[in-house]
Amino acid sequence: MLIETPPADCILETRRLSKEFKGFAAVSDLNLQVQRGHIHALIGPNGAGKTTVFNLLTKFLIPTTGTILFNGVDITREEPADIALRGVIRSFQISAVFPGLTPLENVRVALQRATNTSYQFWKSDRCLKQLDDRAMALLDSVGLAELSGAITGELAYGRKRALEIATTLALEPKLMLLDEPTQGMGAEDVDRITALVKQASAGRTILMVEHNLKVVETLADRITVLQRGAILAEGTYAEVSQDPQVMEAYMGSSHA
Amino acid sequence: MNRFVWLALLALGLLAPFAVYPVFMMKLLCFALFAAAFNLLLGYTGLLSFGHAAFFGGAAYVTGHLVKNLGLTPELGVLAGTLFAGLLGYLVGSLAIRRQGIYFAMVTLALAQIVYFLALKLPFTGGEDGLQGIPRGLLFGVIDLNRHVTVGGTPLPLALYYFTFALFCLGFGIIYRAIHSPFGQVLKAIRENEPRARSLGYKVERFKLIAFVLSSALAGMAGAMKCLIFQLASLTDVSWHTSGEVVLMTLLGGVGTVLGPAAGAFTVVTLQSQLTMVGPWITVIIGGIFVVCVLVFRRGFVGELGRLLRRSL
Ligand SMILES: Nc1ncnc2c1ncn2[C@@H]1O[C@H](COP(=O)(O)OP(=O)(O)OP(=O)(O)O)[C@@H](O)[C@H]1O
Ligand SMILES: [Mg+2]
Repeated sequence: MLIETPPADCILETRRLSKEFKGFAAVSDLNLQVQRGHIHALIGPNGAGKTTVFNLLTKFLIPTTGTILFNGVDITREEPADIALRGVIRSFQISAVFPGLTPLENVRVALQRATNTSYQFWKSDRCLKQLDDRAMALLDSVGLAELSGAITGELAYGRKRALEIATTLALEPKLMLLDEPTQGMGAEDVDRITALVKQASAGRTILMVEHNLKVVETLADRITVLQRGAILAEGTYAEVSQDPQVMEAYMGSSHA
Repeated sequence: MNRFVWLALLALGLLAPFAVYPVFMMKLLCFALFAAAFNLLLGYTGLLSFGHAAFFGGAAYVTGHLVKNLGLTPELGVLAGTLFAGLLGYLVGSLAIRRQGIYFAMVTLALAQIVYFLALKLPFTGGEDGLQGIPRGLLFGVIDLNRHVTVGGTPLPLALYYFTFALFCLGFGIIYRAIHSPFGQVLKAIRENEPRARSLGYKVERFKLIAFVLSSALAGMAGAMKCLIFQLASLTDVSWHTSGEVVLMTLLGGVGTVLGPAAGAFTVVTLQSQLTMVGPWITVIIGGIFVVCVLVFRRGFVGELGRLLRRSL
């Protein structure tokens, strides 16, 4: 099969990416291209393979076949930590915070990575205090400044997701992967996270899985609709929402 | 924690041999260090090693052999034992760290059994009898560790005691520092949410391995101390009972607390010595106490106390 040459400003590309679980193809032959600077939404019914795609992109799963290119470099064989060092930072579908640490410490752990102190077990952790200002600024940007010393595990769900975004932003990622950032949230929190993602998208690329079509409509420059591990449709919101196949498969299931 | 608490504990440690039978006190310190080293792994990294006796006992044999048969001075003997345990920890850790949860525990247990077997079979270990009559020697070639100072009519082995206490403070200080270091902060993050730590760019395996080596080296230091105090390295030191005991001590005192493992070690060792007259029932009694404690104080004594005081101890 002939693969189209991607546009030059394509930050992430997958070529014939497949993942099988004991013969069941969760992702099959996926050719995905994410353009630099876009907010790219990955949507599709439950079990379509969206989270699996994220796990493949961030190396939490090893692809059965196919290649992943980041900035034109083949990253298919790398480890999760290597991907992160390249500037690809993900969030998880279930919120991924460090529950026993404070929100300040959560963000600081991310800031710490760039300091090269992380293996120093002979140094006092007081040297991390110099990161506090930046950590507070990040917490402030997601509306968590007052809660910087709270117990993270006891925060409300929406706040945990906001903290997760602040932690991710601390690494100044080039590409952010967000798995359903608004899942299970009330309208108010959804609006807040939407604004946050918009704000975070300045100067970077975001690939997000999202069920809330209103959020997708507001944010996404481009949308890929996934069904049974394969691309069903691709385009802008206007294009995709007119597609009869999409209306049947996606809207149909979400209104059922 | 409060500076005064530390100073009070230091003063207690310095005065203890005048109030408590010194050999008993030294035994407490050895096991307290052993448990604290173990806790660096279980409490702060979330790894349950079920083979820590291999490091404790392995170092005891190495130190004993070097001091007895090659005439090393005690401080070099302890250093050699500690380094040996660290190296062994590197080997065991490298093999075990990629396994998760119970499989990790099983790999450490299996490798520790190999060490036990070697301790039984190798030519210099004394087989079933262990290494006996290990001399304490001259510290730095000068201070006789056998020297007793008579205080109020009782001869006290003060040189040996303060040597032990200094080593304990050194080991405990290293653990305390590691917990409260940039490295320790990443360990806590890994314990709290490993996939997240990974996705932030931390090479989780490398952190775990360093923690494992530190923990085994310091467990070895405790074993080396024990071998000089009792002038003995025995199969008990490398047996899986000892591996289990250190888990028990840590859980009793409080996993993931700074003082918990030491408190747990004090409790278990004291109970063992107080209950020797009841004979084989001792295991049952300690087991019973353990079950009750785990049910009542789920976080261990120190863990529960810390929760009451709302601070980490
Ligand atoms: N580790 C695994 N082992 C076996 N099957 C898996 C595994 N992970 C995912 N699957 C299967 O792959 C399919 C795709 O799952 P995935 O989680 O990627 O879906 P999704 O699009 O993220 O769905 P949702 O909207 O519910 O989050 C599902 O049928 C799922 O059961
Ligand atoms: Mg999913």
